[in-house]
Amino acid sequence: MRIVDAEVLTESVAKLCWEACYYLPEDVLAGFRRAEKTEASPIGKSILQQLLENADEAKTNHMPYCHDTGMAVVFAEIGQDVHISGGNYLDSIQEGVRTGYREGYLRKSVVGDPLLRVNTGDNTPAVVHTEIVPGDQIKITVLPKGGGSENMSAMKFLLPGEGIEGVKKFVLQTIKSAGGKACPPVVVGVGIGGSFDKVTSLAKHAVLREIGVHHPDPHIAELENELLEAINDTGIGPQGLGGTSTALWVPIETYACHITALPVAVNIQCHAARKKTIVI
Amino acid sequence: MLDYSTLLAGGEINRITGQNEKLGGINMPEYRLQTPISKEDIKKLKIGDTVFLSGTIYMARDAAHKRMVELLENKEPLPVNLKGEIIFYAGPCPPKPGQVIGPVAPTTAFRMDPYAPAMYKYGVVGTIGKGPRRDLVKESCKKYGAISFAAIGGLSTILSRRVKAVQVVAYDDLGPEAIRRLEVQDFPLLVAYDSNGEDLYQQEIAKYENYNQKTNKGAVGHEKI
Repeated sequence: MRIVDAEVLTESVAKLCWEACYYLPEDVLAGFRRAEKTEASPIGKSILQQLLENADEAKTNHMPYCHDTGMAVVFAEIGQDVHISGGNYLDSIQEGVRTGYREGYLRKSVVGDPLLRVNTGDNTPAVVHTEIVPGDQIKITVLPKGGGSENMSAMKFLLPGEGIEGVKKFVLQTIKSAGGKACPPVVVGVGIGGSFDKVTSLAKHAVLREIGVHHPDPHIAELENELLEAINDTGIGPQGLGGTSTALWVPIETYACHITALPVAVNIQCHAARKKTIVI
Repeated sequence: MLDYSTLLAGGEINRITGQNEKLGGINMPEYRLQTPISKEDIKKLKIGDTVFLSGTIYMARDAAHKRMVELLENKEPLPVNLKGEIIFYAGPCPPKPGQVIGPVAPTTAFRMDPYAPAMYKYGVVGTIGKGPRRDLVKESCKKYGAISFAAIGGLSTILSRRVKAVQVVAYDDLGPEAIRRLEVQDFPLLVAYDSNGEDLYQQEIAKYENYNQKTNKGAVGHEKI
């Protein structure tokens, strides 16, 4: 059994928060560069160039790429042979988010009660997903999720008979209704299968996959390609101001489901597709 | 030093040389404007025009709009006079030591749509946001001779450098959602909805739907799915 101090979790999460917000991942930058080369709209091309410039400035000056530094979504995989000592596990994660947002000069975008709407002032609480996995390591990923694109996400139960065509229609419909509001070029995380709760979690996990990496199942990989093409045929383009680069990638995750059901969820990730992982 | 005179005053289209690719990138007029913008100037601006805006603008978003529109409905004065002013829908990051303002860029304009007609009616002449808006905003722009600008969402590091001064002027309790007065210099904007009720989003998306590279044309309504 390995012992990990709760303070280590706090320090790691704090660092992940600001690093994710300052430095856009290389796969996203590569996606911008590819899009910039192929973009047909002059407005769209100009926007992509400016996003690349913005990412560069943010990196050089250690500043957030986007002012909406999001609600922190934390994914933790805890090895079953790890014991966390010296503090409560969840508290240590929340303390990490609190410290990271304060010391990183990130925006505090969380209200404590969804109806009373008073800002908590420290961007907590974060949303924490914990999974117990084999091994003696801890893997933590922070995804600072902006509000604009999250708001445009959607979930639906299709009839099982609607099948793959139904899935395509729903994804496309969600993207069209989001249009420029979701801050394209976007990454479209899709979940298919599972239950009501599982399918949205699949869509969210899909967003974490590196751009350019397909699902291992050939029929899902093919669906990813078809959807990417169809989404880029909508004409929505960068910022919704027209163009051929609406999505950078369409990662899909699937799970088994009930004989009555075909749940689908679409989690839209704006161009500030930030994520940062550490293995402890 | 840049010339901040209101170039539209003479009614002539003045191009800014060398910056044609900066925001619009299309062969559309570019203007350098100083606030306050007159109603006459607003009328001359058309969708797709690029504007480099300098002067005073006000930052307000969801929570501040809710409060302000409630005041207007009760015929009470706003905490700050916004007649003839431009509202920037945004909320910045906190500044690091030595910075004027933290990173900032527009938020989704669509969420402010329910408040926009009341604000335009009150006398706000322009708004700055990102993304498409509802028809009621187009109608309000036409009715009140107002405008809705687009700035690039998430271009926060770059845009923060165009802000030269900032002061919280109302609703301090709202934190990032407080109303702030900003002094901006050459803040890059696109005219998204003009005072004729035209819509840049609709116009541009139609050009690229099912885009054919050979013909350089879109084909609306030919969905494969």
